[in-house]
Amino acid sequence: MSRFDDLGFRAGTGLFGVLIIAVVIGIAGVLYTDSTAAISKFGWQFWQTDTWDPIAGDFGARPFIWGTLYSSVLALIIAGPIALGIAIYISELCPAWLQRPLVFLTELLAAIPSIVYGLWGIFVLVPFVRQLEAGTPEWMKALPLFSGPPLGLGMLSAAVLLAIMIVPFSSSVAREVLRAVPQAQREGAYALGATRWEAIRMALFYARTGIVGSIMLGFGRALGETMAVTMVIGNTPQISTSLYAPQYTMAAVIANEFAEAADELHLHALVEIGLVLFVITLVVNVASRAFIWSLGRQARPRRARHATAPAAEPA
Amino acid sequence: MRTSYRKFMSHLVVALCAGAVLLALVPLAFILFYVIKQGVTAINWNFFTQMPAQIGDPGGGMANGIVGSLIVTGLGALFAIPIGITAGVYASEYRGTRLASAIRFAADTLNGVPSIVIGVFAYGVAVLPFHHFSAAAGGFALGVMMLPLVMRTTEELLLLVPASLREGALALGATRARAVFTVVLPAALPGIITGVLLALARVAGETAPLLFTSLNNAYFSTDPGQPISTLTVQVYTFATSPYPEWHQQAWAGALVLVTMVFTTSVLARVATARMERMQRGS
Amino acid sequence: MKKIALAAALATTLAGATFAAQNVAINGAGATFPAPIYQKWFAEYNKLHPTVRINYQPLGSGAGIRQVTERTVFFGATDGPMTDEQLKGAPGILHLPTVLGGVVPIYNVPGVTQELKFSGPVLANIFLGKIKKWNDPALTALNPGVNLPGSDIVVAHRSDGSGTTYIWLDYLAKVSPEFKKTVGVGTSAKWPVGVAAAKNDGVAAIVKQTPGALGYVELIFAIQTKTAYGSVQNASGKFVKASIESVTAAAAAAAKAMPADYRVSITNAAGDTVYPVASFTWMLLYQDPKDKAQSKAMVDFMKWALTDGQKFAAAMGYSPLPKNVVDMEMKTLATVKVQ
Repeated sequence: MSRFDDLGFRAGTGLFGVLIIAVVIGIAGVLYTDSTAAISKFGWQFWQTDTWDPIAGDFGARPFIWGTLYSSVLALIIAGPIALGIAIYISELCPAWLQRPLVFLTELLAAIPSIVYGLWGIFVLVPFVRQLEAGTPEWMKALPLFSGPPLGLGMLSAAVLLAIMIVPFSSSVAREVLRAVPQAQREGAYALGATRWEAIRMALFYARTGIVGSIMLGFGRALGETMAVTMVIGNTPQISTSLYAPQYTMAAVIANEFAEAADELHLHALVEIGLVLFVITLVVNVASRAFIWSLGRQARPRRARHATAPAAEPA
Repeated sequence: MRTSYRKFMSHLVVALCAGAVLLALVPLAFILFYVIKQGVTAINWNFFTQMPAQIGDPGGGMANGIVGSLIVTGLGALFAIPIGITAGVYASEYRGTRLASAIRFAADTLNGVPSIVIGVFAYGVAVLPFHHFSAAAGGFALGVMMLPLVMRTTEELLLLVPASLREGALALGATRARAVFTVVLPAALPGIITGVLLALARVAGETAPLLFTSLNNAYFSTDPGQPISTLTVQVYTFATSPYPEWHQQAWAGALVLVTMVFTTSVLARVATARMERMQRGS
Repeated sequence: MKKIALAAALATTLAGATFAAQNVAINGAGATFPAPIYQKWFAEYNKLHPTVRINYQPLGSGAGIRQVTERTVFFGATDGPMTDEQLKGAPGILHLPTVLGGVVPIYNVPGVTQELKFSGPVLANIFLGKIKKWNDPALTALNPGVNLPGSDIVVAHRSDGSGTTYIWLDYLAKVSPEFKKTVGVGTSAKWPVGVAAAKNDGVAAIVKQTPGALGYVELIFAIQTKTAYGSVQNASGKFVKASIESVTAAAAAAAKAMPADYRVSITNAAGDTVYPVASFTWMLLYQDPKDKAQSKAMVDFMKWALTDGQKFAAAMGYSPLPKNVVDMEMKTLATVKVQ
């Protein structure tokens, strides 16, 4: 009797679990079936052409890939060191009473909705960046990195906003990763006369794969960010290295054009962009989690050895 | 290496890390300051009770948007909580199985899917076949986003429940189902509730998936089958408009949104701490 | 606690559903060009007929066409008439003109308070990216006596599918063969230059906030945001600013020869007082929709909009429809199935 109950329990709960798997497969499926017209018409050319011409029915998505990658990489360059610095400070350096308030504050940053970031972006960040751009000295303006009229709207505003948004995310994961470093490692380092920086450096080296993973998770988050980016990036499909140039990301073009792509090819082209965005974020997230888990597996055997034969473990 | 150099490097790094913390807190302070400063002037009783005013008419509010956000988030919770908790139960009870790993992988994947892609999915599944934009479709989109959070929280918290509790129940002759649902789950409940509330706070602030599911509504509506106004979409519409009165309303809406999200998060943790204390006491 | 919450949820849903049962709730989406007058109309109509709630979402003409084709909304609205290809996807759809409006060039040039004059070819070259600075000889020739700065022209255009864009491109293509070849006409385009924003609101916002910007919006958006807009040289060589009179004049010729499906372009029309970038704007309704209650409500609304509603148009800067067009439409409305 109870065996059937248990079987029913297993099947029942398992079914709900399967539902989650079904949702993920469903997303991939819907994305694929709603983009077949564009895939069959353009093939790989879709990712190599720059024209996005809804009138002529000519769609090339390279500017969006560029905009997405460029903005996310820039955001990472800005946010990575800061997130790491925060993680190190909170987990290694700050006094115990300060830990909880600081954690609370960084989580507050993470809780701010994307639309509020966008609102602040339009009315505070963009005018500030515009003034910054207008005030660039002439010799800098000659460089391709800083060329173009001072619009305020463009890659620089988007990168800065993205950076602010992903800092709390990356730093909280990095903090967890640093916590997984066994205390014995740190104690060993101090016992050998290390300064605080040297002990931290050792912990960072030990946790390097996890740190990389936390940075990658932040990258994955930046790739998919939509609202805040579309409100400050200028929404122009062009490939430009200039920080001042308005550009376009994959998520932003879908948000702007999806509700109104009036012909099937346009719609399918947008969904194909969505499909690729899905695949890219999937790959980045899986890879980053693999990095973070590998750290966990690295830590466990050592702890086990430490428990059974403390004297034998080399410092 | 000379000791003085090493000491200097150490102090430098400590200073840099502290600097990083300050650097991150500056935008936080900035954003909150602006939202409060710009929004508070437009917050009055009208804001919570009136519809948006026509262009050129002063005043008005976002009553329909606030209620709409609550409804859509609530519908999402209705979808995500039963599925997420039950799936979490499976993943923790049958930890080693392949299905559990697959579920966990699917949940983590779902967590990383950009919200705009979820919006496209929800449009294809919940809007197109019914030929209707609706609050329910928006709720579905938000529910899909909440699923992984609820499932993972449930799974992790169930694992934290001491094995003795489950074993005790089983020893007394309970079926697995009974043991889990009447003994283990209640023990993990405070943490699960925190997780659910945090998930709610997280999706209540989403805009992208609502753009082509729940759309927007000029009227006050509570009908799940009709488009509905939400705080986030309304703020977006007003923010990208050229009218200063609407910009003001956008800030006010943002203030209300941020307050709702923060209060929920804080309440969640406070309530959990309290429940844990009560449980430990009994 | 849980029971109360459940009861509350049930009560709200029932209340919502009950409302839906007694009243008619209609959803529509489309152009931002007529959005101010449409929203005024729906609000006024709701005051007269409280059981009819028409919810209009201004998402852009492209969205209006797409959503009404997929029947996710009951009616659409567009200022760029549907192409033959698009009509095939929405069999039985009717274009019904509602008002006339004009698309104006808005600009934000610091230090310039006078009204600027533009010609069609000059506007085309600006939007092609060939004229890059405000003090370009072509602009100074048109505006003698105005101290135009040497700064860059920041072109602002739509990022979404827009009937306003259609009207603008339709006009530029008529006055500049190069523009027609390079860009073409449609509700979205491959823009050679410029920053983009969604909806008329977004373009107006960018121009207002960005020094040196030049964009195109429906007249009411320039007026309501108090942004400067210029006059455009018409086919007869006169520089005309958009107004109710000049837009009405643009429709005079077309009104006499209105095609049966109402899809007509009135840009660059002949006449001294004509504003060259004017257009009809259309509601898109199915002749035989499934929901007859909604159909009846919409037809009744349209009849009101074409008669009593027209007097609200002038206050908002839109031109009312010529009488013979209204008469034609009443006959068309009579063919829409309401039961």
